[in-house]
Amino acid sequence: MKSGVLRDLAVGAVLVALLLVLPILFPKPALRDFLIYVMAYGLLAMSLNLLVGLTGLVSFGHAAFFASGAYMFGLLMQSGTVGIPVAMLATVGGTAVLALVIGAICVRLKEIYFSFITLAFQMFIHSIILTWVSLTGGDQGLRGGIPRPPFLGIDLNDAMTLYVFCVVVFILCIAIMRQVWRSPFGFTLRMIRDNPTRANFLGADVVRVKLGIFVLAGSMASVGGVLLALFVSGAYPEFGFWTTSGEAIFMIMLGGSQLFIGPVIGAVLLRLLDHFVTIYTDHHGLVLGAVILVIVLGLRQGVADYIVDWLERRRETRAAAASVASEKGAA
Amino acid sequence: MLSVQNLSKSFGGVQATRDVSIDFPDGSLTAIIGPNGAGKTTFFNLISGAIRPDAGKVVFAGQDIVGRSSLEVVRLGMARAFQVAALFPSLTVKDAVTAAVTSHQRKSWTLLQRFPLEGTQHRTDEILELLGLSSKANTLSRNLSHGDQKLLDIGLALAMDPKVLLLDEPTAGMGPDERWRMIGKVQHLWEVKKMTVLFIEHDMDIVFKIAQAIHVLKYGAVLAQGTADEIRRNQDVIDAYLGTDHHLAHAAGQE
Ligand SMILES: Nc1ncnc2c1ncn2[C@@H]1O[C@H](COP(=O)(O)OP(=O)(O)O)[C@@H](O)[C@H]1O
Ligand SMILES: [Mg+2]
Repeated sequence: MKSGVLRDLAVGAVLVALLLVLPILFPKPALRDFLIYVMAYGLLAMSLNLLVGLTGLVSFGHAAFFASGAYMFGLLMQSGTVGIPVAMLATVGGTAVLALVIGAICVRLKEIYFSFITLAFQMFIHSIILTWVSLTGGDQGLRGGIPRPPFLGIDLNDAMTLYVFCVVVFILCIAIMRQVWRSPFGFTLRMIRDNPTRANFLGADVVRVKLGIFVLAGSMASVGGVLLALFVSGAYPEFGFWTTSGEAIFMIMLGGSQLFIGPVIGAVLLRLLDHFVTIYTDHHGLVLGAVILVIVLGLRQGVADYIVDWLERRRETRAAAASVASEKGAA
Repeated sequence: MLSVQNLSKSFGGVQATRDVSIDFPDGSLTAIIGPNGAGKTTFFNLISGAIRPDAGKVVFAGQDIVGRSSLEVVRLGMARAFQVAALFPSLTVKDAVTAAVTSHQRKSWTLLQRFPLEGTQHRTDEILELLGLSSKANTLSRNLSHGDQKLLDIGLALAMDPKVLLLDEPTAGMGPDERWRMIGKVQHLWEVKKMTVLFIEHDMDIVFKIAQAIHVLKYGAVLAQGTADEIRRNQDVIDAYLGTDHHLAHAAGQE
């Protein structure tokens, strides 16, 4: 148990070091921008996977909370009444309340009905964003830029500072989600994923637990939205469109849903694919679709899950071979 | 004591339970028998809160629990294992039992500590030991043999530390030898844990050998009840079973 925490801390430290060293080694702004995108969308995909991979709740509407994060934060900052830290906390809190209201209705439904109603709520929120032009700027997005007043001596108008800030926030959220993943609560979620009826007969309050993780996942997604809004200095209705949720699901399918960090790997892969495919061809969706088809049909699971399973199988065959060998030696 | 009074339930035109009244004294080992479709599983569903009866009472822990959710019933101390083992396929045997123990300790919401919690290990080991599953602790539930899956299902129920344990056909789908091993474990459990155990069983030899009291259901109603000897001699039971159930006919003929 203790060793698990230590290992996670070590992995986290390596990840932070990597994220901080990369832009120093390759000081092109393009790489930094790429990584900020990966982190923002990575948080969206990671938080969605708390629902999909850990609880078995396939939400099609997760980007609603990503958008809520971006817009709430943008509007709070534009109001000029609060600093960045307070605005972030208020955004996460506000999104949690939104997720509580939406979740209270959604988590009572099962399987495909759950997926559909989350999709419906997302469309609802997307159309609010489009129609409430005086507040949100409608299809033009939240214009006029998002101010980044310095706080605690930190000035996010400096590109590198902004990048480091994103890394810190990203890693913090990953640490929180990792804790959820390995906590007793995380195992309650696995029980519900595998067999909700049985979980209920073992004293798990299935509906409330589902609501709990729905709120937590929504809050985490809103942080991704905040990072993106900070970076692009705006918020756009696409953040809450169904294609954004679809992208997050793609990331999970590409990377894998059972390895904790799988969705981030998926986010990296999808962004890389996006990047290179658009350079070489205009038929960008076609290539992307083909790659995903190959992975889904060929590996039948995400890349990270496939590698983990492959290592597992190899270890088992080796162990079996070793035990056969030692039996022979004994005989 | 668990006491069922005038319990009835219909599904559309099918009367699955008809006016059933049975008392299960504390610490008793009772068999529920009857042909397929007699309403045995439905009877368990009714008393465990999975479905609500049309009429009647289920008195448990001094209160009528009709209308309580299955969750509340579990928390009052009644746990069940299922006819088709209800497991968590992707969890290892140990993790599954530990998660159930954690849930029983009302710690399923614990977020700030890591799984497994220290206070659960001892209980988990005890349950695995009791069922002889210790050597398979790290096997994924879905990779267990059929017999071990049925055992694990019981193990999950035991994690609830139940006062009353409902076992729906613990020997379903097993060969003769495996059946006896399984039922030996059930009897051992009952002796060690001093629980009230209700089990559904088809094999009459097993029922006559270990049950203190036997209740025979047919078309949802109690056809007969009593000790093994009384049931063996009961003419209704012999009539109902002769020609339909080889085992009972055989067992009755032995007299
Ligand atoms: N949920 C249900 N809906 C409709 N009919 C049911 C349901 N559960 C059981 N039945 C019917 O009730 C009768 C008794 O079923 P069951 O209790 O499963 O029998 P047993 O366990 O004794 O084999 C059967 O006719 C079955 O079809
Ligand atoms: Mg049955």
